[in-house]
Amino acid sequence: MSTIAHERFEAVIGLEVHAQLLTKSKAFAPVAAIYGEAPNTQVTPLCLGHPGTLPVVNENLVRYIIKMGLATNCGIAPKSIFARKNYFYPDLPKGYQISQFDTPICHDGYVDIELEDYDKRIGVTRIHMEEDAGKSIHDQDPYNTLVDLNRAGTPLIEIVSEPDLRTPQEAYAYLTKIKQIVQYLEICDGNMEEGSLRCDANVSVRPRGREKFGTRTELKNMNSFRNVEKAIEYEIYRQIELIEGGGEVVQQTRLWDTSKMQSRPMRSKEEAHDYRYFPEPDLPPIIVTSEMLVEIKAELPELADVRQKRFVKEYGMSEVDAITITESRYLADYFESVAEYSGNAKAASNMVLSEVLRVLNEQSIDIGEFSITPQKISELIKLKEADKINSSAMQTIFNEMLNSEKTPEELAKEMNLIQVSDSGFLEELVDEIIAGNPDEVQRYKDGKKQLMGFFVGQAMKASKGKANPKMVTQMVSKKLEG
Amino acid sequence: MTIQTIAEAKKKVLAGDVTLRELVEGYKSQIEAENEEVNAYVYLNFDSAFEQADAIQKKVEKGEAGALVGAIMGIKDVICERGKPVTCASNILDGFESVYDATVIERLHAEDAILIGRLNMDEFAMGSTNEYSRYGAAKNPHDTTKVTGGSSGGSAAAVAAGMANATLGSDTGGSIRQPASYCGVVGLKPTYGRVSRYGLVAFASSFDSIGPFGHSVEDVATVLQTIAGFDERDNTCSSVEKDDYVVAAQSPKKNIKIGVPEALFGEGLDVEINTGIKEILNKLEADGAELVPIELPHSKYALATYYILATAEASSNLARFDGIRYGHRADKDQMLDELKAEEEALKQAVKSAEGDDLVSLQQELTKLDAPLTRLYKKSRTEGFGVEVKRRIMLGTYVLSAGYYDAYYGKAQRVRRLIKEDFTNAFKNVDVIVTPTAPTTAFGIGEKQNDPVQMYLNDIYTISANLAGICGISLPAGTHSNGLPYGIQFMADSFQESKLLNAARLVELLG
Repeated sequence: MSTIAHERFEAVIGLEVHAQLLTKSKAFAPVAAIYGEAPNTQVTPLCLGHPGTLPVVNENLVRYIIKMGLATNCGIAPKSIFARKNYFYPDLPKGYQISQFDTPICHDGYVDIELEDYDKRIGVTRIHMEEDAGKSIHDQDPYNTLVDLNRAGTPLIEIVSEPDLRTPQEAYAYLTKIKQIVQYLEICDGNMEEGSLRCDANVSVRPRGREKFGTRTELKNMNSFRNVEKAIEYEIYRQIELIEGGGEVVQQTRLWDTSKMQSRPMRSKEEAHDYRYFPEPDLPPIIVTSEMLVEIKAELPELADVRQKRFVKEYGMSEVDAITITESRYLADYFESVAEYSGNAKAASNMVLSEVLRVLNEQSIDIGEFSITPQKISELIKLKEADKINSSAMQTIFNEMLNSEKTPEELAKEMNLIQVSDSGFLEELVDEIIAGNPDEVQRYKDGKKQLMGFFVGQAMKASKGKANPKMVTQMVSKKLEG
Repeated sequence: MTIQTIAEAKKKVLAGDVTLRELVEGYKSQIEAENEEVNAYVYLNFDSAFEQADAIQKKVEKGEAGALVGAIMGIKDVICERGKPVTCASNILDGFESVYDATVIERLHAEDAILIGRLNMDEFAMGSTNEYSRYGAAKNPHDTTKVTGGSSGGSAAAVAAGMANATLGSDTGGSIRQPASYCGVVGLKPTYGRVSRYGLVAFASSFDSIGPFGHSVEDVATVLQTIAGFDERDNTCSSVEKDDYVVAAQSPKKNIKIGVPEALFGEGLDVEINTGIKEILNKLEADGAELVPIELPHSKYALATYYILATAEASSNLARFDGIRYGHRADKDQMLDELKAEEEALKQAVKSAEGDDLVSLQQELTKLDAPLTRLYKKSRTEGFGVEVKRRIMLGTYVLSAGYYDAYYGKAQRVRRLIKEDFTNAFKNVDVIVTPTAPTTAFGIGEKQNDPVQMYLNDIYTISANLAGICGISLPAGTHSNGLPYGIQFMADSFQESKLLNAARLVELLG
């Protein structure tokens, strides 16, 4: 975005995030919805829209959304109802989607987001439940559109933000926060590429200082976190250019084209559907009792914000490190397991922040897919603590552990990395090095103390990395200074 | 034709006087003699009926027969039976077979009823005469130039003509009770939520109830006993315990309180029916019943309220019949050719047009249907009949943006008032009595051109659906025109026993 434009205009952004819930069965039918199964195998007569079938509410659907509501500081409606959203499309087998309309179960909450140099509170207008549609496949048969109804009826929640976001970066941070929360709650896997997290954005711009919102457009089809940021940026720029060129923003829905990195109009306001919402007569109101709320609150895990503060306090971690480790619940869990098994939180955080995260990044995997268990990492830490290995051996063994089932100790022995702390052997070694490097010895004695590193290095080299560097240091200084 | 109740048939079967196979044979001959004229059954499967009969006969011999042994039943073509055609008397479901059994069907089988066929109805249960059927009108067995009533016309006619000793129908706005009245049989609409709707093709989900037809109050009680009760597959189905309905029908109390809404016994009601029902009430009073005048101040809004709410729900419920997954689909190639021709014609017209004409033609061209939209329109236009289309349009209209509050929202509020009327009335009375319908059955074709006249036939029955309470119609007498007419009792939610009690008292008057 050009700086000049940015100074004159500000953007107003609201996000609608859809999260596919990890319930075992669909929202209203007792059938699983496993991603990637053969088309039209994860279905019941209800999913196919057969006559006479009735939806039955999956209780976990209600529990999951209440968790999300509590985690985003929402009010939970004691009574809310489902509504039908009516429209025709071949992948919508009933001709309507069961959703919620004017009585969402969660309302008026907020989340706090952290940006590089400031924090901000973003309002959550509402969170409601709905079922997903199936999938229309247009590119596999030249003459027909194919329909796969496996996804039809899988449970979604829609999280609608207030128009509190002002920049694409804020939108990105908000979306990341939502992903973090659903993952902490274990209600959604947060995977945007597979479509289990989806995001639409409402974007408008207005001259700075003006209160009234400009005409907004709705952006769809942004299938990654980066795309959301890029698409919003593109849209802000497009709107500002339009206005500065004397034009007007038209209210419309626009599709983001990832390959072209630009958006194109999909439908105008006039073409918008009249969904004819009305109360779903097949489902009674959802009643949330205070007992139920107490029960669900008790089930809530410690969320990232709280955990981050605890890590700083309990483990003496820096705030930056705490934010990094708690970004994913599973990484934070992993760290805490290592800290517990090893009894050394400092070493645990070092291992996780440097070695584990490096591997995760290199291999583009999640901590869930990481091959080394916290127990094994802890054993490695303990080997180092007991002075059986030194730091360089530790890194070598860690790398080996990625492809091995063996214990760190077995690997250390196999690779001949067990540190030598035998003082007789080390004395001999140190003596040899002193004898073999008279120049360096003289310079050291003359006050060039930095040469200690050279002597230790020689000892490590001569011992193939096995010498205990601490003992070598002690001996060298004793022999040359004593 | 010999009429035989389930109770009588059951007695004979259990005593070994008749086998179930012989019983089915009897109904088969009756159907072969009557059905062509009456047009009650639209699908029959005697092979299956004999198989069921033989299997159940073995249970009879082992002393393991269920409560409905001896019941030879037909099912309204709106309730799903696995492997059988389910068309709701509509062309749009041409060729459709259900892949599962409705809960009521499972329960009937579990108690050893024999199901022999599927019954005519108004398309998607929309109508009061059974004339709106892809199979043609069912005809009143008492006079085949007259309608059966509807929408469960086939269900009422089959019992009246001795082609079944009980049937199932559905009642959304009187569709069991009104044809029961016209055909001179007993028909019961249970409380909303008393019987699972799982497997009932939805017309108006917050009104639809499945209920039985039979020759006697006891028979409908027996069928109700079997089909009622909680079902986890229907979230609107109640877990309220069921009473012993059969006992309620067998040994009725005489000192019941009967509410009489005087305002409903006035204008528009056939004078003979009025007199006939009043005579019955006088006899009941003489036998110990107390007649209590009551008011249902909002009942005058019932019809209007119903036709807004029920059509709204219907417009959504019938959206699934789109020709995409099952049922009738318009010929695709023909549809595409037509679309292309329309486009060509418009383009030609644009070429020679100017001024305002040109603008409007160009607009028309841009608004030409996408092929998918046209496929939906054409399939549904071909598949649905006139009354169904009327109601889909009405329902779509009342839910449209800008109209919702004025129609749907207001009607919902009136529905609550109507329910309150009944709640208040039932504080003082056990049951409320009304005629079932304002007249006896009228001539086939007579009211087809005046939908509002047709809707007025449901004026007495529709309130029970709005309030969600239960109602029953049973024969009250024969009109001087030779046709039967019914008397209706209504009772509060889940008070079917009171309903059966009152009905049995009338039956006992003879």
